[in-house]
Amino acid sequence: MRSLTISLVSEFYKSRKTLAFWAAIILPFVICALVAFGFYTSSDKVLKMHYLPIMLWLRYLGAALGVMGVLILPFYVIFMAFSVNNIEHKNDTWKTLFAQPLNKFSIYAAKYLYAVILIFVCLFLFAAFTFVFGHLLQALVPKYNFNQYDPSLVLVKFYAKLFLASLGILSIQFILSLLWGDFLKPMGIGFIGTIMGIITGNVGWKYAYLIPYSHPSLVLNSSTAARKLSDPSDFPIFTQEIYTSLIYALVLFVIGYFIVTKKSIK
Amino acid sequence: MGNYAIETVGLNFNFGNQAIVKDLSLQVPKGSIYGFLGPNGAGKTTTIKILLNLLKSSNDQVFIFGKEINHNRIASLKRIGALVEQPAIYGHLTGKENLINRCILLGINKSKADEMLSLVGLSDASNKKASKYSLGMKQRLGIALALVSDPELLLLDEPTNGLDPNGIIEVRNLMIDLATKHNKTILVSSHLLAEIERTATHVGIINKGRLLFQGTINELHLLSKPMLEIEVSKTSDAAAFLTQAGYEILEITDKKIIVPFTSPEDSGALNTLLIQKGFTVSSLYLQKKDLENLFLDITKNN
Repeated sequence: MRSLTISLVSEFYKSRKTLAFWAAIILPFVICALVAFGFYTSSDKVLKMHYLPIMLWLRYLGAALGVMGVLILPFYVIFMAFSVNNIEHKNDTWKTLFAQPLNKFSIYAAKYLYAVILIFVCLFLFAAFTFVFGHLLQALVPKYNFNQYDPSLVLVKFYAKLFLASLGILSIQFILSLLWGDFLKPMGIGFIGTIMGIITGNVGWKYAYLIPYSHPSLVLNSSTAARKLSDPSDFPIFTQEIYTSLIYALVLFVIGYFIVTKKSIK
Repeated sequence: MGNYAIETVGLNFNFGNQAIVKDLSLQVPKGSIYGFLGPNGAGKTTTIKILLNLLKSSNDQVFIFGKEINHNRIASLKRIGALVEQPAIYGHLTGKENLINRCILLGINKSKADEMLSLVGLSDASNKKASKYSLGMKQRLGIALALVSDPELLLLDEPTNGLDPNGIIEVRNLMIDLATKHNKTILVSSHLLAEIERTATHVGIINKGRLLFQGTINELHLLSKPMLEIEVSKTSDAAAFLTQAGYEILEITDKKIIVPFTSPEDSGALNTLLIQKGFTVSSLYLQKKDLENLFLDITKNN
C-alpha cells in the first residue's frame, strides 16, 4: 500500500507539467465556458422557447455532454493513456522505475490508477463547471430560470455513468500505449475504435455493448432517453454497457501487468 | 559468502536461443571497487540488469549481500544504487525535480536533492530542464540519482561515457572517495581497461558471456610476466648457446632473443656470458606487457 501511494505521488509529480494533466482541467473549463457563452449570446432565442427550468438545464447540460461524451472523452482518454506511458518510453525510464525498491505491481497499478484519477477529475470538473456556469448565466441573464431547479443529481449521475463507461476504453488504450512507444499506433487504433463505437452505438446494434468504444455513445443515448422521463435523474447507472466496461477494465488491467513486467526491461 | 557484496553462482542467461551470460561466477568483495571489464556486447549490461532483478535469474544463482535476489528483491534493491546504460532522466523535469522525484519514490527527505546536486557539481544547473543538459551533465545527474539513497552497493554501467577528461577524473575520484571514506562497494563496468586500472581494486574480465579472469588488480598485473629482450649479433647461434646454458627462450626474431626476466643481476650475468662467448650485445631491454595488451590477449584468445 505504501508502494502504491508513493508511486502515485511520483506519477503526479512527474506529469504535473505535462499537457495530459492540464488538459484534465482546461478541457472542461473551456468547453463549459464555450457552451455558457453560447447560451449568453443567444439568450433571446433560448428565452423565446419558454423552457421549464428542468428542460432549460437539460438543454444546457446536454450541449456540453453531447460534444464531450461522443468525441472529446474518447480522444482525451486515448491521449492521456498514451501520455502517462510515454513519459517512461520517451525517457527510457521503465527499467529504472522497476529497479526501485518498490513492489512491481504497485508501480504499474499506480500508473493505471493515476490515469483513472485524471479521467475522474476531468469529468468531475465537467459536472462542476456545468453547474457553476449555469448559475453564472442566471446571474448575467436574470430572465433565465436556472435557479428554479437543482440539477446536481442529474449531473452527478450522468457524469458518473460516463466515467464508468470510459474505463473500458482506457484499459485498451493503456495496454496499446504500454506496448508501443509511438503515438500513431494507439491513436490510429483508438480513432478507428471511436468511430466504430459512435456508429454502432447510434444505430443501436444489438451487440454494440461489446465494443468498449461504443460505451460513451450508449450512455449518451440512454441520457437522451432519460430526458423524456418525468424525473430525468431516474435512470439506472449500472446497465449492460457499464458492466461490460468494468469487466473489460478489470481483465485488461491484469493482462497489462504481465505485459509490463515482461516487456519493459530489455 | 558473507564477505561478498555480490556473488553469482554459475549464472546463465539466454535471450531466446542466444546465450548471453554463461556460467558466470562473480565474487565482488565488500568495500571493493570491482572493475567489470569486457568489450561491447560481452554481457556486462545484461549481468547488471540481472543484478537489479530486471531480468530474472534462477533461484540459486544471484546473491546480494548473501541474500538470494528473487526472494529478497525489495530488500536487496534498497541497498543498491544503479546507473544502467544511458542515465534514466525525465527530460521535461529539471535536474533537481528528477532528484526530488527519486526521493519521493525512495521515501527519503527531499533536501537530499540539493546535496546530491552539489556533490556532482550540478548546483548551477539545478533548475534547468534535464533535456537541455549536455551528455556529461546527464551522466553526472545519473550518478547523483544512483547515489541519492546512500546505497551500500553501487552498480555503475560505463559511468564515464561521454564525459570530458575533467569529468572522467572527477568520477574516478568520486568512486575512490565513496569506497575508501564511505565504505561503499562499487561495481563499475567499462570496455576500457586503462579506465578501470586507476580505480579498481578487483577486476573481472568478461567476453562473450564468460568470465575469463577474476582477481585483484595485482593478480592481473602478475599475469603479465616481464620479459628480457636481448638485441644480439648472430641470434640463432646465441639462442642455441643460451639454450645449452639452461635458459628458456621465449621467442627468436632475426635481431632479438626474448627470455623471461627474473632479476637485474641475472640479466647482467646473461649479458656477461654472451660477451665472453664473443657475441655482440647491443641492447638489453626489460619488456613488460601492459594491461591493455593483456586485456586484448585475454579477450582475443577466447
